[in-house]
Amino acid sequence: MSVETRTQPSATAAQPADLIRLERVTKRFGANTVLDQLDFAVQPGKHVTLIGPSGSGKTTILRLLMTLTKPDEGIITVDGEPLFPAPEKQVREVRKKIGMVFQHFNLFPNMSVLRNLTEAPVQVLGLSKDEAEERARELLELVGLTDKCGARPAQLSGGQQQRVAIARALAMRPRVLLLDEVTSALDPELVAGVLDLLRDIARSTDITMLCVTHEMGFARDISDQVLMFDGGRVIESGSPEKIFSDPEQDRTREFLGAVL
Amino acid sequence: MTSGLWELVLKGVWTTVQLLVFSALLAAAVSFVIGLARTHHRWIVRFVAGVYTEIFRGTSALVMIFWVFFVLPVAFGWQLVPMWAGTLALGLTYGAYGSEIVRGALNSVDPAQKEGGIALSFTPAQRMRLIVLPQAVPEMIPSFSNLLIELLKGTALVSVMGMGDLTFSANLVRLALQQSAEIYTYVLLIYFVIAFVLTRLMRGLEKRLKAGIGREAGTEPAARELKRARTTGVGGGVA
Amino acid sequence: MKWDWHAVSDFMPHFWDGLLVTLQALALGSLLSFTLGLVWTLLMRTPTRWVRWPVGVVTEFVRNTPLLVQLFFLFYVLPEWGLTFSALSTGVFAIGLHYSTYTMQVYRAGIEAVPVGQWEAATALNLPRRRTWTAVILPQAIRRVVPALGNYVISMLKDTPMLMVITVLEMLGQARLFSQQRFQFTEPLTVIGVAFILISYLASLLLRALERRLVR
Repeated sequence: MSVETRTQPSATAAQPADLIRLERVTKRFGANTVLDQLDFAVQPGKHVTLIGPSGSGKTTILRLLMTLTKPDEGIITVDGEPLFPAPEKQVREVRKKIGMVFQHFNLFPNMSVLRNLTEAPVQVLGLSKDEAEERARELLELVGLTDKCGARPAQLSGGQQQRVAIARALAMRPRVLLLDEVTSALDPELVAGVLDLLRDIARSTDITMLCVTHEMGFARDISDQVLMFDGGRVIESGSPEKIFSDPEQDRTREFLGAVL
Repeated sequence: MTSGLWELVLKGVWTTVQLLVFSALLAAAVSFVIGLARTHHRWIVRFVAGVYTEIFRGTSALVMIFWVFFVLPVAFGWQLVPMWAGTLALGLTYGAYGSEIVRGALNSVDPAQKEGGIALSFTPAQRMRLIVLPQAVPEMIPSFSNLLIELLKGTALVSVMGMGDLTFSANLVRLALQQSAEIYTYVLLIYFVIAFVLTRLMRGLEKRLKAGIGREAGTEPAARELKRARTTGVGGGVA
Repeated sequence: MKWDWHAVSDFMPHFWDGLLVTLQALALGSLLSFTLGLVWTLLMRTPTRWVRWPVGVVTEFVRNTPLLVQLFFLFYVLPEWGLTFSALSTGVFAIGLHYSTYTMQVYRAGIEAVPVGQWEAATALNLPRRRTWTAVILPQAIRRVVPALGNYVISMLKDTPMLMVITVLEMLGQARLFSQQRFQFTEPLTVIGVAFILISYLASLLLRALERRLVR
């Protein structure tokens, strides 16, 4: 199994085999406990999909890993290095291994498409401008937007913007890619293009993927493991075949019945 | 009006324009320093900047000018030439209003943009320089345009200190001619023309900057007017 | 730096006199600007261009030229035309007129900020025009307008020292008079400086409280 969920807190040190590891992670917003003593690990190269009703804490896990928010308790490690608790300098180093694609793309409107892709490699990774541009052009070719190099994000359709956002995340050569409901904000006819691209990336690279999505067909295609969240806990996990065809929990069955 | 008197008025225009440029530059510098400080992550920096804003926005520009001209020399031994005294008083006061514009524009940048920056591992300084400021500055221009007009009107206050600006020259002409309607009408018209030119220039600037982020320079939305008193030279209040 | 508390206590009676005049000018100026501004707003909504255009030009002109020069104009020119008023009345009129060109924008924005759907709903209910205004539009507009008007009252407060130049003895006028008689500038000017900061700070706190109650 690529993903282990434990109901009992694990006292053992992080196994080097785990790329991502959350131990007893709790996150509250006010009186609302979004994640409750969560234990969770992902091995390198695996594709894991998180499903569950909204407010069940799926997106929060991605945001914790991207350090967009901090847990109240617990330990998070990436590639054996602590991400939380950790000093800011350490966080900055570890963060370089992680990329994220957002629901609303979050492209920078003040930069051209090309510069959206080159800015961080130049400023953060210290690539030369030429190297960064070469890498960017390769990625734009991959996402099929070579001709949009000089365009502004605002001039693109939602689907094109999201493909640029995926390329932008890949330009940093992350080991982990976090996908946060990447098709939820798209018009229905643009969804397929983005999902096909992601299927491609999942097949042809060894990037570890953590994916929150409502696209169950897509989840079934790419996942090695599916986790069902409810009330801040993982209530069921298993292979996509198992979860989608023969779930054990009633709650999972109800949820799938509602979305499928 | 004789040509000698017109010459006086023209000299006044020149003084007003100089004072406007200097104090606008100082006010812009103050706006950005204080405005950025007000979004700083350390509370003490935010607090000090907030106190500055409250004090300089709370006081009257004319009182401030009196203070700089009369109290500074006595209390601290700083005797400034009138041009610098005027620049200092106006720049510090209008800079406090400007800092509100800067702060508001910085805060109005979508937080998702900041998250996009974090996801690409930019440092806070890089996020500010590469992402937030380029998006915030074009948003500031309409408010800064209003503030610039308020500053232009504010420059008239230095005439009370005997500085030979446009308003002062009008008073001299009034004394020379013993009649007021003509000269004051001319002077008001001159101020209006300067304000008109400034508004046009700022609108051009806004268009260019907004094109840079792929947005259109819109007409002033109604919502902004309701907030205007707070962020232009006129108006007080704590945001 | 020398600070003379005696000068402060000697100045205080004059300070209170000045404060009274300042507040008088402020209250009357505010009332005038609120009323005149409403007049401009309504005139700007008339269907004929022959009304809207002149009103628009005049108010634009007044808004974009210094209040100080307008004060001089009214103070020196009106008597030449045979109209004499007290200095304080002239000052109140100038401030009220100047700020009416700001309040008119506030009113307009307040009215425009009421969603179009509200007008459409009123039409759908066949409400008479008058009733639409009094029962639907204005109550919603006022809520948005009051905080903005309040901010302009605070700016008017800070512009009242200009009345000094036309011999009105408001706070700054009193301070200047006192300074010239005693050759002590620091104390009276600092006292009124602090007074302005305090008053406008308190006023803005009050305004925020009011805003919270209105905007729900």
